[in-house]
Amino acid sequence: MLSGQMVIYEEEHQQLTEICERLVRDALAKAIFVVDKDGQLVTATGETAGIDTTGLASLVAGSTAATGSLAQMLGEEEFPVHFHEGTSKHLHVSVIGETLILVVIFDERSSLGLVRLRVKRAYLEMAGVIENLNRKAKAGNKDLDIFGEITDDDIDSLFNDAF
Amino acid sequence: MSFINYAQREIILKIVYYGPGLCGKTTNIKFIYSGTNPDARGKLVSLETKQERTLFFDFLPLSLPAIRGFKTRLHLYSVPGQLFYSASRKLIMKGADGVVFVADSQRARKEANIISMEDLKENLQAYGYDIDKIPFVIQYNKRDLPTSMPVEELRADLNPDGRFADFEASAVAPGGPGVFETLKAVVKLILVELKKTK
Repeated sequence: MLSGQMVIYEEEHQQLTEICERLVRDALAKAIFVVDKDGQLVTATGETAGIDTTGLASLVAGSTAATGSLAQMLGEEEFPVHFHEGTSKHLHVSVIGETLILVVIFDERSSLGLVRLRVKRAYLEMAGVIENLNRKAKAGNKDLDIFGEITDDDIDSLFNDAF
Repeated sequence: MSFINYAQREIILKIVYYGPGLCGKTTNIKFIYSGTNPDARGKLVSLETKQERTLFFDFLPLSLPAIRGFKTRLHLYSVPGQLFYSASRKLIMKGADGVVFVADSQRARKEANIISMEDLKENLQAYGYDIDKIPFVIQYNKRDLPTSMPVEELRADLNPDGRFADFEASAVAPGGPGVFETLKAVVKLILVELKKTK
């Protein structure tokens, strides 16, 4: 394996989802996504129908990584917040801690100022959840042994129906 | 880095296709897309220039059956091969669970293969990874071309100790021989590695 594992437990997933549900209402947003920096979707809330959430997660992570590299070229550690303005829909992206990215999609019902304000509040709550997750990861967890008993046959049978 | 989501009961593995420009990384991904059951594949994202060269990355999500109740999802990425896209190549490598090196079998691309392999090692090192310890397979692509070098010569250049599993492939030929074999091999290596670390 190249590096460690990112693990999201049900408890933290629930907490992150609740924070996002509140943020959708408070910021009058259309949809909110939490994505990990390697491009995996953690949770999605709001009007997500019709959005390719997996593709969105990977593109947001790629764009955030590229923005981070631009920041470093200019001597900044990171650009923790970036904003994309469209004709009717806008995207507010903020880096939460070391591992996660918060994406808020909003339209004319809201405004950049309101989204920024509400995201700042949600940020602190999310940072707390991530801290918990990191603590758990450091402590290790016996439940993690998903792979322990898989056999070669299990691995082979993975491909039977897909290709 | 493998991603385990207990709430969604899913494991996500990130696999990166690496190699010199025009070696067929995108063609591999497109062939996998076309050869996969529509229920098992997501949308293919391709960030290309007008000349159909990969600008940032290609991305293909695939769903495999569950292991011990956890859905297995593969996220396939390919990096831009041209030398001057080094910065974006490095970004895509971050968090990869396994790497496929696609070599171009044509003699004219001999040096490009070697440079790309060196570049890969450097990028892995930049993230603190070691090519000897990661799930890594090599694919010698374009075996159908008359200008292709003998496999022994490619091996001497890229896999001299035979440490890595390697496959002959032709991603554009009907049936894409070697393409799925390469993917299966790297997934297997990743799962065996995950099993070992548990």
